[in-house]
Amino acid sequence: MIDFDALAACLSTSACLVNQATSGLIIGMLLFLVASGVTLIFGVLHVINFAHGSFYMIGAYFAYTTYVLTGNYFLAALVGAVGAGICGILFERLIISRVYGQNLLMQLLVCYAFILIVDDLVKIIWGAEYLAMGIPAEFRLPPLRFAGGFVPPFYLFLVGIAVFIGVGSVLLVTKTRFGKIVRAAALNAPMVSALGIRVNVYFALLFGFGCALAGVAGALAAPVRSLTPGMGLGILVESFIVTVIGGMGSIPGAFLAAIILGLTRSIGSVGFPLFVDGAMFMIMALVLIFRPTGLLGQGAVR
Amino acid sequence: MNLIVQFRRDLLIAAAALVVLVAIGLGIEHAWPRDFLTAIFAAGLLAMSLNMLIGYTGLVSFGHAAFFALGGYIFGLLLQSQAFTGAMGAASVPLALVAAVVGTGLYAVVIGAICVRLTEIYFAFLTLAFQMFLYSVILSWVDLTGGDQGLMGGIPRPEFLGIDLGDQYHRYVFCAVLFVVCVMIMRIMTESPFGYTLRMIRDNATRAAFLGVNVTRVKLICFVVSSSIAAVGGVILALFTSGAYPEWAFWAQSGEAIFMIMLGGLNVFLGPILGAVALRILNDVVQMYTSHTEIVIGLVIMFVVLGLRRGILDFVKDWWVEKQQARLAAENRNGREG
Repeated sequence: MIDFDALAACLSTSACLVNQATSGLIIGMLLFLVASGVTLIFGVLHVINFAHGSFYMIGAYFAYTTYVLTGNYFLAALVGAVGAGICGILFERLIISRVYGQNLLMQLLVCYAFILIVDDLVKIIWGAEYLAMGIPAEFRLPPLRFAGGFVPPFYLFLVGIAVFIGVGSVLLVTKTRFGKIVRAAALNAPMVSALGIRVNVYFALLFGFGCALAGVAGALAAPVRSLTPGMGLGILVESFIVTVIGGMGSIPGAFLAAIILGLTRSIGSVGFPLFVDGAMFMIMALVLIFRPTGLLGQGAVR
Repeated sequence: MNLIVQFRRDLLIAAAALVVLVAIGLGIEHAWPRDFLTAIFAAGLLAMSLNMLIGYTGLVSFGHAAFFALGGYIFGLLLQSQAFTGAMGAASVPLALVAAVVGTGLYAVVIGAICVRLTEIYFAFLTLAFQMFLYSVILSWVDLTGGDQGLMGGIPRPEFLGIDLGDQYHRYVFCAVLFVVCVMIMRIMTESPFGYTLRMIRDNATRAAFLGVNVTRVKLICFVVSSSIAAVGGVILALFTSGAYPEWAFWAQSGEAIFMIMLGGLNVFLGPILGAVALRILNDVVQMYTSHTEIVIGLVIMFVVLGLRRGILDFVKDWWVEKQQARLAAENRNGREG
């Protein structure tokens, strides 16, 4: 099942190592963006957004269309993020906010219904076929050589943006007034509301921000992945695995876990292509057994 | 013996239901009622076994269809293997059924051991994750499972005890018996002291633990039994379609099962079956008018969850309870006057 020769051959040449490490890193960064949205929303609103993958898909399709129309990738990424954020705010106000505090079954069902509707809408608007955006014109530059491996400039951009947004969202939650209000409201919403702050607005904004993170991930993924209705579910499941490994509610944990999973995926595709999913689940099972709160999490899961 | 006395009413109802089902199947020449009901047997067992977790134990699983699919695949793969049918001869079908149930049960022990200790939310998304794991295994292990084509070429069904499952009447009666037996097993489990332990865990797990209940063990037993019953549903569908397909293990199948429970009624034993029937009819009707069934189903789910907030039988039950109470109140008044 495991091809040790291929694995050893890859690990011993720096070119292959660099290539696999960069592709692992971009998988990890996309996962990190989606997972940090999940973990942020859960940390404050105590709901798991099972429809989070749909916002990833919305971001990707919005970016695709904007790029086709304008040819400007930066604008496309912005539209993907903002579009997903606005859809997220609408979803929160119209649907999810009605099932806050209700049993999990209702939350699951509305998310399930939302996924069905969005997937079908995407099918109607963009068609059921695979769409490919290709590397945007801005990044059609010769790849950088690094220790014998090739690193496409777009990959550097992707990793840079992801790290920037990751740091930004940690700062947003810990340092800004917005973050303080949201964290206070998470602990005691009636009290915060008694201080004259419209808690609902902050909850909706936070939910929208989480969805915008997924939208950015989708927009960043559009050039390197193919677009298809239903593309959100795969990344949703993987981002759950990331949150379990990293620890629910911890953004640094999500970062660490996403890199671990990304590298497992890319190096696994050389050494054990059929067992990549199995390896990810094994890591998750081991974490759950030996460190059920996740690598950097504090909350109880039992 | 004791069990028969205690559940004689339920057993009689079950026997009567079986007679009716068989009469419908054998009495009507057209294949439609048989096909419809067989599909309901499969979906109904999936939804009812899931309701043992969701409704009775409070374990909201989003990955129950994995066990349904696994049952179907084990059954189909064993019967497609010539080594198995050659060695077992006439006993192949019953043995494959047992293997599907036990095999799925063992898989559920592993998954359950990891999942049942976790909090509600972790439980929901880990069951989903493990389901998608099984789905990706089925898709990528093409040599064994046929990948996205599913198990092709039909499932051979050697005759046993004079039952020829190739014959549509025999097959229908066999599925009906399996279905009624499984429903009866669930009825006995949920109405026994074990079933009330499940309800206690749902309502207050801490109190149950203080009363000396081994909460993890009880949850695990329930998880394994309900997964095995879901496997029987998979076997029925595998018999019916003479194949097994990866969509059975897809997350949407689990979502559908959850919605059947909600639609039929959360707090009534037979609710999930009614939900299965209602969803099936809804699907067929919508398909007549549009190919975009998912949008319509999604909107219906939103309406039921956000608008009605209850299932069909929940309404019936509430109406019934209100009527009883009104009658009692009226009797009380009359009693005082008289």
